[in-house]
Amino acid sequence: MPAATFLDTSELVLNMGPQHPSTHGVLRVVLKLDGEKVTGCECVIGYLHRGVEKIAENRTYVQFAPYVDRMDYVAAVSNGLGYCLAVEKLQGVEAPPRAQAVRVILTELNRISSHLLWLGTHALDIGAITPVFYCFREREEALKIFEKYCGARLTTHAFRIGGLQYETYDTLEKDCLAFCEMFPKKVDEYEELLTGNRIWIGRTRGVGILNAEDCKEFGVTGPLLRAAGVEWDLRKQQPYSGYEKYQFEIPTGANGDTFDRYVVRIQEMRQSTRIIRQAVESLPTGPIMAKVPKVLKPPVGECYVSIEAPKGELGYFIVSDNSTQPYRVRVRPPSFVNLQALDRMCRGSLVADVVAIIGTIDIVLGEVDR
Amino acid sequence: MAEEQKPAAPPPPKPPAAMAATAWEGPLPEKLKSRFGDGIRELLSYRDQNFLVAEPPAVIPILEFLKIEEEFEYLVDITAAHYPQRVKPFELIYVLYRFPPHNERIRVKTDLAEGEKPATATAVHPGANWLEREVFDMFGIAFEGHPDMKRILLPEEWQGHPLRKEYGIIQQDQRWVQENLHIDSGQ
Repeated sequence: MPAATFLDTSELVLNMGPQHPSTHGVLRVVLKLDGEKVTGCECVIGYLHRGVEKIAENRTYVQFAPYVDRMDYVAAVSNGLGYCLAVEKLQGVEAPPRAQAVRVILTELNRISSHLLWLGTHALDIGAITPVFYCFREREEALKIFEKYCGARLTTHAFRIGGLQYETYDTLEKDCLAFCEMFPKKVDEYEELLTGNRIWIGRTRGVGILNAEDCKEFGVTGPLLRAAGVEWDLRKQQPYSGYEKYQFEIPTGANGDTFDRYVVRIQEMRQSTRIIRQAVESLPTGPIMAKVPKVLKPPVGECYVSIEAPKGELGYFIVSDNSTQPYRVRVRPPSFVNLQALDRMCRGSLVADVVAIIGTIDIVLGEVDR
Repeated sequence: MAEEQKPAAPPPPKPPAAMAATAWEGPLPEKLKSRFGDGIRELLSYRDQNFLVAEPPAVIPILEFLKIEEEFEYLVDITAAHYPQRVKPFELIYVLYRFPPHNERIRVKTDLAEGEKPATATAVHPGANWLEREVFDMFGIAFEGHPDMKRILLPEEWQGHPLRKEYGIIQQDQRWVQENLHIDSGQ
């Protein structure tokens, strides 16, 4: 008898993706397995790389604005807001109050629709089929408001540098208030399906733990950081677009596991509803565009502006050389940075949990690869 | 005969405009200056955002000092910019943040010559791993001591670094495209 077995099965390398339905796009994960246990994983990304940062250098500031919507395409409004704020900072202008309030309304609606897409697909990955239908039903209502406002549902390009392109449509306030009235009850429905569900708890509690130290080490932000117990949200810490005027809380978790991240996002949707209601009720009148030159040439300089996107800190670092085109645009994508922690979260867990962990990070490959 | 039309003299070339940055003042820049001396070239502020320009060898000690003694424990981003007309054409930018109660964001910048290898920040901030790989992928700046210095977004065999200024907008690695995608051009 040979000393070693005929087939050495101590380590198995398994390719997951890029065409795997639960990798939410074209993510390829190379898993190293010891039986059912994951001993390590490596992400292979870039399948959706379009060179957005290079395109930016060859477009004018205004021309580049629609491109940012194509990065995180389920939260296009947030992407647009971040870009507009960054260019406005570089140019030294500020959007008028009415524009800021409309921006807040649409961004929060977008946060809800992004979280809904996450919740539906995350539950679907784990094996709960129903929530995805519920979530898409309400997401549709949010998308209808976008469509009525600017004609697009996903890649909205809703904002312009210096304010808004369009005045609100007649029934925007009514539609938003109706949404705020309807939505919390629907969130109760999701919670009824999942929060106390034994299978859901069994599949999510204690899975993919990432504590606060790990989060800070990897630069992980957004709901992942908050679920680890850090009360940190850029809307509170470095308010932009008038967020300091609204009352809302930052939901946090304690254990930093998949279940806590679920609870945090559910609570965030409730808080977003609160913000929308306040913003609609106090919507100021006035102009919607600041005085922005027709040909935009920000003075020589650079700045880094970041916002709290649904997935974490979304930052834009823009360098201007006083020409019509940005000299350099760097996008700091939350999904890309958060995905780096996948290895840490997966180690020691089971293969089936990898699907839950990828889902809980809430990545959009359009943003990871840019 | 009317006097000959003289061609208008071309306007003298404008000196390249510089960023209208002001000095960054306060207790933190004082501390940095006294600690690192010549390692820090400038401490500046533009549009209420503070940044410092450091000599390349001083960058990692500065990041370490900022993390351990000043609580800048969150490395937000590492990126670069290419200025081909400069003697040292690459600028490397680190964005750092410290959590409340400080709630402060600063940038650490340095410049690099072509082929110069900066030290990796992964020992100080493990999250620098992918960010440095992306800088390598896009600019060809290789980090010394990085555990896994390879491309991240583009295929590993790809030739060229797209975010360099000489790389054209529709340029691509023709050979890679033909060999792997079996088409003449991706454009």
